Amino acid sequence: MAMVQPRSIGARRLGAHLALIGFVSLIVFPLLLVISISFREGNFASGSLIPERFSLEHWSLALGIPWERPDGSIVQPPFPVLLWLWNSIKVAVVSSVLILMLATTSAYAFARMRFKGKEPLLKGMLIFQMFPAVLSLVALYALFDRLGEFVGWLGINTHGALIVASLGAVALHIWTIKGYFESIDGSLEEAAMVDGASTWQAFRYILLPLSIPILMVVFILAFVMSIMEYPMASVLLVDEHKLTLAVGAQQYLADHNQRWGNFAAAAVLSGLPITVAFLICQRWIIGGLTAGGVKG
Amino acid sequence: MYTTNASRGLPRHRSRHLSERYTRWALRCVIGVLVIALLWLVMAFHLNGQWMFALLFLVLGGSLAVVFTKRTLMSHRYIFPAVAGLGVFVIFPLLYTIGISFSNYSSSNLLSEERVRGQLLSQTYQAEGKAFDLTLYQEGELVRLYLQSDGENDHENKVQRFVSSPLNLANQETRQIGIQSVDAPPAQEPLGMRAIIQARDSLQGLRLLTPEGTELRMAGLRQFAPMVNRYETRDDGSLYDRREDRVLIPDQTTGFFVADSGEQITPGWPVNVGFTNYTKIFTDPDIRGPFMQIFVWTFVFAALTVVFTLAVGFVLASLLQWDQLKGKAIYRTLLILPYAVPAFISILIFKGMFNQHFGEVNMILDTLFGIRPEWFTDPWLARSMLLIVNTWLGYPYMLLLCMGLIQAIPQDLYEASAVDGGGPLTNLFKITLPLIIKPLTPLLIAAFAFNFNNFVLIALLTGGNPDILGASTPAGTTDLLVSYTYRIAFQDAGQNFGLAAAIATLIFLLVAGMSLLNLRLSKVKV
Repeated sequence: MAMVQPRSIGARRLGAHLALIGFVSLIVFPLLLVISISFREGNFASGSLIPERFSLEHWSLALGIPWERPDGSIVQPPFPVLLWLWNSIKVAVVSSVLILMLATTSAYAFARMRFKGKEPLLKGMLIFQMFPAVLSLVALYALFDRLGEFVGWLGINTHGALIVASLGAVALHIWTIKGYFESIDGSLEEAAMVDGASTWQAFRYILLPLSIPILMVVFILAFVMSIMEYPMASVLLVDEHKLTLAVGAQQYLADHNQRWGNFAAAAVLSGLPITVAFLICQRWIIGGLTAGGVKG
Repeated sequence: MYTTNASRGLPRHRSRHLSERYTRWALRCVIGVLVIALLWLVMAFHLNGQWMFALLFLVLGGSLAVVFTKRTLMSHRYIFPAVAGLGVFVIFPLLYTIGISFSNYSSSNLLSEERVRGQLLSQTYQAEGKAFDLTLYQEGELVRLYLQSDGENDHENKVQRFVSSPLNLANQETRQIGIQSVDAPPAQEPLGMRAIIQARDSLQGLRLLTPEGTELRMAGLRQFAPMVNRYETRDDGSLYDRREDRVLIPDQTTGFFVADSGEQITPGWPVNVGFTNYTKIFTDPDIRGPFMQIFVWTFVFAALTVVFTLAVGFVLASLLQWDQLKGKAIYRTLLILPYAVPAFISILIFKGMFNQHFGEVNMILDTLFGIRPEWFTDPWLARSMLLIVNTWLGYPYMLLLCMGLIQAIPQDLYEASAVDGGGPLTNLFKITLPLIIKPLTPLLIAAFAFNFNNFVLIALLTGGNPDILGASTPAGTTDLLVSYTYRIAFQDAGQNFGLAAAIATLIFLLVAGMSLLNLRLSKVKV
C-alpha cells in the first residue's frame, strides 16, 4: 500500500473507471453485436443491440435444421457448420495428443539428460519455430500430393495430412514443458533409479504424474492453435464436407453473397465453446503463451 | 542433470519382469515395421523419379534405425520423434522451397519430362481420309459394330463395309479389335441412337484394325475414322510432329519442346533456371514495382501493429496495476476477450461490420457524420481498417506481457519517487519504461515477426484487395509478403510456384535474421 497519496485520488479513480468502461464497451461491442444479429430476422437486418424482430431462423439453420418461414417457404441450411466444427475438433484432439506425446518425451530428454547436439538442437528449434508454415505451403502441398499416391490417408484432402503437418509446431511446446521439468527437483527420479527403475520408468512413474498441470496447459494450447489453423487447412482440404471451421466459416461472407445473419449464428455457436474454454483456462494458457511466443 | 546408464557405457538394466521384456520386444517390432514401411516409400519415390522425397525418407528411415539400435544413442530416442516431425514438416519444406525457387515450377511446367512426353505421345488427330458411319447390331447379349464408308467422299472408290465380331460393350478398357470386310450390312434391324450413347465410353476405348492395317477410332458420335498419333519419338529424343511436319526439340533451359519457329509446346516440365526468379523480382518492372510496394507496406504494417498494440496494452496494464482501482478482475477478463475469441471468427465479424452497404460501422458513421467510407475499395482506408482490426486482435497479448512485467517492479521504487515529488509521468519514463523495455524487446521482435507474416488477417479480411494496377502477378495494396506469395502460388491461372518460392526464400532470410537477433537479445539459457 502506497504511503504517499496524491490529494485528488477520488477524481482520478472515477476518471480511470470511466475510461476503462468506455474502452471495454468499445472492445466488446462487436461481440455483442454478433450475438444480437444472430437473433435478428433476415440476413441484412439492422437495428439496436436488442433485436426488435426476434427470430430463431439463423440458429436453427446453424444447427442444421431446415427453417420454415411464416410464408410457408422452407430454408435449407447453407453450410454444414456442425460437421465443420466436428472436423475441427477431431483434427485438433488427435494432433494435440500427438504433439503432447512428442513434446513431453523430448522435453524430458532436454531437461534431464546430457547428450551430443543438445544445445544446437534447442536453439535451432527456437529459430525454426518462427518460420510460418504459409511460406513452405508449396512444398508441403507437393509433399502430401506425392505421399497420397502411395499412402491414401496422407494425401491431399485428408484430415490425416492436416494432423501430421501440425507436428511441425512441436518446438514451442517442447520449450514450455522443458521449463516446467527443470523447475522440478531431479532427486526424486535419481532415488527411483538408484532403487532399480529404468530411465523410462523414472520418467513415466515419477516425473509425469508431477507434471499433469503443464501437460494440461500444453494440450489446451495445442488444441486452440489447431482449431485456429488456417493456411495449411485452406490448401490441404478441398471438399466441403472435409473443411475445418476456420476454412469453412469464411464462405458465409463470400464477396457476392454475404449471409451476415447466418454467419452470426454459426460464429456464436462455434466460437462460444472455444472462448469459454479459453477464459476458464486463461491462467495457465497465458503463462504458457507469454513464456514462449505469440498466439498463432 | 544425469546421463542414462547406457550412454555412460554401464551394463543395461535387465528387467526381471516378463511383461517388461515383452513390451521391449513389441517396441522393437514396431520400429522394425516403421523402418520397412519407410524403406518401401523410399523405393516407391525412387522408382517414380522423385529423388528429393526418396532422400527425405531414406534419411528418416536410416536415422530411425540407427537411433533405436545403437545403445549409446539412448537419450536421442526420446527426442527423435519430435526432431523427425520438425525435420519433415518444417526443415524439409523449407529446403524444398529454396530448391523450387531456382526452378520454373509453375502450372505450365508442372509434370516431369517423362509424363509430358507421355501426354504428347498420346495426342491424336484425324488423318486425311475417310470417315465411317457406325451402326450397332444386337447379337444375343453382345453387340456387333458395322461400319460403312461415308457416302459423300465416295464418288470414285467403291463403298467400304466392315463388321466386327460380337463384342461385350460393358467392358470399357482400351482394346484393339480386328474387323472384316463384308459386302452388305447385316440383315437385321440396327440398334437406335440411344444404344450408341449408352455405349459411348466403351466405344471410345475401341481401336478397330481394318484388314489393310489402318487403325480406326471413334471420331464423332456416329463416326469412326482413322486416327493417327500426332507425335513420334525419334532416336535423339526429339519428337516428330506428323500433323505440322516439323521436329520438336526438348529444350532443357526452358523446359518445353520447341519447334524451329521458336514456338513452345505446352505442357512443359520444371527445369533449373538458376537465379532467374530472383533477378525477375529485382529487375522486371511489372514485378519489382508491386514487390517493393508490398515490401514497404509489410514493414509498416508490422511496425505500426507492434506500436499500437503495445501503446494500448501498456496504458491499460498501468491502469490495471493501480491498487486504488476496484473490480480489476472483471476488467481484465473483459479486456482479454478479443484474445479468447478465435481469430478467424473475429476477423470475419469485422469483415461484416466494415461492409460498405450494410455494415454497422458505416451505419454509425452515417448517422453521426453522414459519411460512408469505402473500406474495401480505397487502399488507404483498407490499410487503416487492417490496423484497427489488428490492434483489436493484438493488444491483449501486450496487455498480459506488460502486466506481468510491471508486477515484477518493486513497489518501493515508486514510493521513493513519490517522496521526492515525482509525478506519474516521471514514474513512467524514469522507472517503469526503463525497467520493462529490456525483457520486452525480444518479445516485441517476436510479435513483429509474427505480424510480418500475419497471413490469416489479410486472407480473411481483405484478401489483399484492392489490386495494384499494372502488376503482372496478383498483387494487392493491402497484401503482405506472405499473402502475396500465397496468391502467386495458389490463386489465379498462372500459378507460378518458382517465383513464389523465391519470394518465400527472401522472407525466410528476413525471419531468420529476426530470430537470430531475438536469440541474442533474450540470452536464452539452454
